[in-house]
Amino acid sequence: MISSFLIYKTILVVAVFAITLFVAAYSTYAERKVAAFLQDRVGPDRAGPFGMFQPLADGLKFMMKEEIIPDSANRFLFILGPSIAMLTALMAGVVIPWGNTLVINGESYTLQIAELNIGILYVFAVVSIGVYGIMIGGWASNNKFSLLGAIRASAQMISYEIAMGLSIIALVITTGTLSLREISLLQAGGVGSDWNFWNVLYQPVGFIIFLICAFAECNRTPFDLPECETELVGGYHTEYSSMKLALYLFAEYVNMFISSAVISILYFGGFNFPFMNDLGLDQNTITILGTVFFFAKITFFIFFFMWIRWTIPRFRYDQLMNLGWKALIPLAVINIFITGLVMILTSK
Amino acid sequence: MQALTNRSKVVVKKEMSFLERIYLPAILGGVVITIKHLFKKSATVRYPEKKREISQIWRGQHTLKRDEKGAERCTACGLCAVACPAEAITMTAAERVKGEENLYREEKYASTYEINMLRCIFCGLCEEACPKEAIFLTDRIVTTDYARGEFIYGKDKLVEPVDARVDVTPRQTAAVLEFKTQKQFSHNK
Repeated sequence: MISSFLIYKTILVVAVFAITLFVAAYSTYAERKVAAFLQDRVGPDRAGPFGMFQPLADGLKFMMKEEIIPDSANRFLFILGPSIAMLTALMAGVVIPWGNTLVINGESYTLQIAELNIGILYVFAVVSIGVYGIMIGGWASNNKFSLLGAIRASAQMISYEIAMGLSIIALVITTGTLSLREISLLQAGGVGSDWNFWNVLYQPVGFIIFLICAFAECNRTPFDLPECETELVGGYHTEYSSMKLALYLFAEYVNMFISSAVISILYFGGFNFPFMNDLGLDQNTITILGTVFFFAKITFFIFFFMWIRWTIPRFRYDQLMNLGWKALIPLAVINIFITGLVMILTSK
Repeated sequence: MQALTNRSKVVVKKEMSFLERIYLPAILGGVVITIKHLFKKSATVRYPEKKREISQIWRGQHTLKRDEKGAERCTACGLCAVACPAEAITMTAAERVKGEENLYREEKYASTYEINMLRCIFCGLCEEACPKEAIFLTDRIVTTDYARGEFIYGKDKLVEPVDARVDVTPRQTAAVLEFKTQKQFSHNK
């Protein structure tokens, strides 16, 4: 049985890896398309029908580009930076429950690589290592723009991680578990037979804080100060070229994908969908439909990330810090207190 | 003091209300605006496949005309170069020798004739200046290229081929034809 377990896990790992990279690649395409549509343009439409092969063309171009490592750069760290960024971005996908349980020939297969009872903590730990990738890369470039971008990135990510963690604590108080799978299961049924609402209804403030922090953690507009072109050329990846630049850009999109997945799980029911237990479907159908719904939610949030990018201009750095420290963190703390109070009062 | 116009507005710097300070309503408004644009028709014309409709008297790439017998009309008088506000035209004159009567219409011709398409502003003054009806702007678009040197068009690109004449009649509007009937202008003879 151990071999079948290994094979199934291997298949799952490869599938998740492939899907993550696929989504990241097509996020670049979607980003350009969404940007174009929001600005009344057409976007890439030359490579294949509707420009569908644009990511492949971009990837090929990245590979063919000359690989430049500046003379004054620290070679080892220069290569380590993008590797860490990519590695940590991919590692977070391990604990994401991509779906419920499939039952094949009496054996149940969970669509999750590792069921960790502290899944959400794991995601936080791994994602916060990601900042080292940016920091090391920016420092190793030996370029003032890179360094400034890296400093901004690390300061920003560390500040917003606090608010993010605090907003999760309130959620953990209501759900009583740190496991991503259990948090998903607790929201089962949607508006169906069990009347479990999505967590966003119990934690609207927490959701907004988490969302804002997710934007900051992914270095997305309006918090894209680490790489803002108008001030810092390219920010921490100014000196990078070829595949190493691609890794940084890819890591950003993978992070976006993982963030969308985590938001969907924590606040929007994960692989659950409304009336899932009332339609009279068998277990496997519900699981597959649930996975489809989960990806639909993720797609929506990725779209939301892009949508916001083309709506809101960038923050000034002091505004960014003010928002993080003076608004979001106190708000998150108040949210924890109110949540705790309500929990105590309602649980007799 | 009396205001010069009635368009001036008194600016008041007032404190933002709480709703304004949390920005979320404003962001929501912005988000609604952008999503509306998602469903708008894009203004793009996919160029090589679809061409935007151009005016009948569109001023595009030049051509040097030949006469009915196929001889070049240009006599290298240099009036077009003088008229050119962008100084895009240069030429060298040469004398026609015996036996070249079928090639050049008059005794003098342009041995080289170059238009720098990067300088040209397509104003059409060369065409207006030409006394021999030799140079015309056409409805063709100057194509892109990789090097600046490629944009200096010589006679090989400018003179119309004998077997593939360039139609310049669309540019001969009623006003132009009317002008050409006035024989008091020497170059209309």
